[in-house]
Amino acid sequence: MSAKGKVSGVNGNMITVEVSDKIAMNEVGYVLSNGKRLKSEIIRINGDTAQMQIYEISGGIKVGDDVEFTGEMLAVELGPGLLGQIYDGLQNPLPELAARTGFFLEPGVYLDALDRQKKWAFTPVVGKGETVAAADTLGTVPEAAFTHRIMVPFSFLGEYTVDWIAPEGEYAVADKIAVIKDAGGNSHDLTMMFEWPVKRAVKCYSERLKPVKPMVTQVRLIDTFLPVALGGTFCIPGPFGAGKTVLQQTLSRHADVDIVIIAACGERAGEVVETLKEFPELTDPKTGRSLMERTVIIANTSSMPVASREASVYTAVTLAEYYRQMGLNVLLIADSTSRWAQAMREMSGRLEEIPGDEAFPAYLESTIAAFYERAGLVRLKDGSVGSVTIGGTVSPAGGNFDEPVTQATLKVVGAFLGLSRERSDARKYPAIHPLESWSKYKSLIPSSVTGYVYDVMRKSAEIDQMMKVVGEEGTSLEDFLIYLKGEYVDAVYFQQNSFDPVDAAVPTERQHRYFKLIVRIAAANLKFTEKDEARRWFAGLRLKTLDLNGTAYLSDEFLRIEKEIEAFVEERRDGYLPHSEAVLKAAEVK
Amino acid sequence: MDKIYSKIESISGNVITVKAKNVAYGELAEITTSFGTSLAEVIKLDRDMVSLQVFAGGRGVSTGDSVRFLGNPMRVSFSDNLLGRVFTGSGEPRDNGPALSENLITIAGPSFNPAKRIVPSKIVRTGIPMIDLFNTLVESQKLPIFSISGEPYNELLARIALQAEVDMIILGGMGLKYDDYLYFKETLEEGGALSRTIMYIHTASDPTVECLMVPDISLAVAEKFALQGKRVLVLLTDMTNFADAKKEISITQEQVPSNRGYPGDLYSQLASRYEKAVDIDGAGSITILAVTTMPGDDVTHPVPDNTGYITEGQYYLKGGRIEPFGSLSRLKQQVNAKTREDHRTIMDAMIKLYASYKDTLEKKSMGFSLSGWDEKLLKYGYLFESKMMNLSVNIPLEEALDEGWKMLAECFDKQETGIKTELIEKFWPKEG
Repeated sequence: MSAKGKVSGVNGNMITVEVSDKIAMNEVGYVLSNGKRLKSEIIRINGDTAQMQIYEISGGIKVGDDVEFTGEMLAVELGPGLLGQIYDGLQNPLPELAARTGFFLEPGVYLDALDRQKKWAFTPVVGKGETVAAADTLGTVPEAAFTHRIMVPFSFLGEYTVDWIAPEGEYAVADKIAVIKDAGGNSHDLTMMFEWPVKRAVKCYSERLKPVKPMVTQVRLIDTFLPVALGGTFCIPGPFGAGKTVLQQTLSRHADVDIVIIAACGERAGEVVETLKEFPELTDPKTGRSLMERTVIIANTSSMPVASREASVYTAVTLAEYYRQMGLNVLLIADSTSRWAQAMREMSGRLEEIPGDEAFPAYLESTIAAFYERAGLVRLKDGSVGSVTIGGTVSPAGGNFDEPVTQATLKVVGAFLGLSRERSDARKYPAIHPLESWSKYKSLIPSSVTGYVYDVMRKSAEIDQMMKVVGEEGTSLEDFLIYLKGEYVDAVYFQQNSFDPVDAAVPTERQHRYFKLIVRIAAANLKFTEKDEARRWFAGLRLKTLDLNGTAYLSDEFLRIEKEIEAFVEERRDGYLPHSEAVLKAAEVK
Repeated sequence: MDKIYSKIESISGNVITVKAKNVAYGELAEITTSFGTSLAEVIKLDRDMVSLQVFAGGRGVSTGDSVRFLGNPMRVSFSDNLLGRVFTGSGEPRDNGPALSENLITIAGPSFNPAKRIVPSKIVRTGIPMIDLFNTLVESQKLPIFSISGEPYNELLARIALQAEVDMIILGGMGLKYDDYLYFKETLEEGGALSRTIMYIHTASDPTVECLMVPDISLAVAEKFALQGKRVLVLLTDMTNFADAKKEISITQEQVPSNRGYPGDLYSQLASRYEKAVDIDGAGSITILAVTTMPGDDVTHPVPDNTGYITEGQYYLKGGRIEPFGSLSRLKQQVNAKTREDHRTIMDAMIKLYASYKDTLEKKSMGFSLSGWDEKLLKYGYLFESKMMNLSVNIPLEEALDEGWKMLAECFDKQETGIKTELIEKFWPKEG
């Protein structure tokens, strides 16, 4: 029997409830107020009182209102039909909600996450008498471009025997598709959907593997220099206006993965809308289907209730883990984890906990670490491999990376793509700072080669600094050429125009070919007599290369410009710089 | 039957506590003091102890004053009769017109369903090149104007109010100097815009709590008009005063402050207001321009910092000009591809060159010898500042683009601009 209680206090989105029955931490309850049922979660228990955060606006609640507990933790529905959906932080489908309540999100309305009417073509893969355990596949249904595995619910511990399995045919998610028996002989009816508490990681795999294979993002700077691995983690901290959103959208669009889950956590509603309206129009080159069919959006935007903002990242990662169980590569983008941390801070403040740094709660670090640890490349029990890659944006107060959320995140991620205000002010996009960012993963291109170009960049930046002190006239021509090379590589290779249809996404092959050209120019021994001449020459080279960036790969135009660039460089080149043979060889430049 | 409570248990700042039953969170009450009556809002319930925030402030409230609960949350009248009128932060008339009480609507209502939003696609032309050309304002955008005190932000706001192509304007003033209030009133009157304007004004001498209501009232009314198909421009000045009022209240309530004394939920508080900006499918829109003064010209101050993360860009007002660096309209990409084909290119190229000009200036100030390239940049920088950045320039977008090409041709060779060959051929001014 579930417990009941009464409201005894309201403070913002936290209520105090008197309850004498048995209740559990993080248990979900409903406040009955003005004929509405408002979802809430227990966040502290003390004697006969429980403190709960409400997933809704708390206006109108009175002392003495009834509270009904459910005995369950906050959970999401898992089953076919998740792809292409847009949910709020509690997995309410927003379009259906709009059909029901109109323009505004009325509190206390909760809908089924999965369509109960839709029929799916089920094919069984196990037979009567077979032994199964949690996450074992009972059958499959086609969903978008994927084979969606219908699995034994993750919460089923121990071994079971299949007693009955539905024959091939059309079923709705709530129809019975199997009966399994536990060791004690009790029967359990299974449907194509089940629930899983969002705050618990799904661990139904046989082992975790080391992420090594790069996740191609088609962003040159990331793929070549700051790679992210499938099953790895990365963060994108940056001050406002530095291009977090555009970068995040580029990744969700072009990343080479099966499924993308976007958690819009406490950010602008407008950005979600862009994704929502554009993705159905775009094609996923991998499957030929619309991009929306590989995407799930969890939208808990900044004006929606704070408590469900906290829940939204967990909802998102649970869905990601679910699809990983099908041997798929899933990318989860959480934008922004700072808003999630702030939601924790708000609640911690209302609970009157002793504040840590910048009033964030003391458990901030462990909570962030636990979240990113839900990423990973895993071998499933049937031998197939799936991954969840997590990328979180961070919005540090004042753009200062020394703040608690950025620091806690940097400790646990494998790649740091730090955005810089300096670069975004100069309209250098993506504004990832090439020299301050780092990645622990392996690139498409051997590190000895990228290292060579990186060195040129680093020297170029040093010379640039130096010139600010000693002036151009105090700089040697040799140094000045390094400086110009660095500026050139930055302008044509590091920077990428995400609004140009061609330049927005650069596939692996093109990056390989392009990077060879870059290496050749970086290592070239160029002959000039004076600086202005060199500057003009590089301006011309830059222009030609930018033209190349905008032309379709291997088109006639592309080949023509490429030849032109090579000829242009040859005119000035007098052999290669000393100590460059190794790199030229590694880069496979003739 | 309204019950009247005549014993106030505690008074702290603007917050009073009474013992009462059957009171809802967020409900309004009327308190009668020897100075008159004031509204108050329930901000905390703890068993039978009810804490209220008194709109007129706690000053002079006596423990024997009476409190009557009204049984409803804060509401405001909504009708066409509002047009041309001026009200206070609690919705009382500030002009000599009658009080309005018909068709009351609840303020600070639920959030707009993201699934019902549409992608913004309409440019709001202002005639200011730094906005139209470089950081285009888009219908349903929310943009702050970051500035330090003393900058002509209210003048800029008033000019946008007069020139922007919208159906109506709602002006929310928070902590406004009385002179500024009169300035707005006169400017809009002279420009003939008063009849399409509604003003909710809290001046610096009014009670702090009323300051908190201004954005909610303004936006609630705007929302209703937008649903009726009106394109509404909401001008808020100054949101830093709003945030400071929040700080004051939260400190009085003994909340743990997070950053420089501001409450931990500052971001959520600002966001729930700014997010009211919307373009509604099949109806009107709300565009928000909000002045945010930066104490000490510090953009990392919590108020501008949190605001920047919420809004879709920002205009930096500095030295009487909109700074090209740091100013950003995130939505400009939605519209500037459809204006003219050279719009984006000119925008990027001119800013990049202006950035190089700034570097040259630095070089020059350090006494280094200048190259031929530097001389070109110096000439360009001067032209850019006087013909583009100068706020008195008032030309349509297309003219500004032509002006840009002229400026480039006057200062540079074609290839030095970094512009794609194709566009250069089409737009580069022919000699003679």
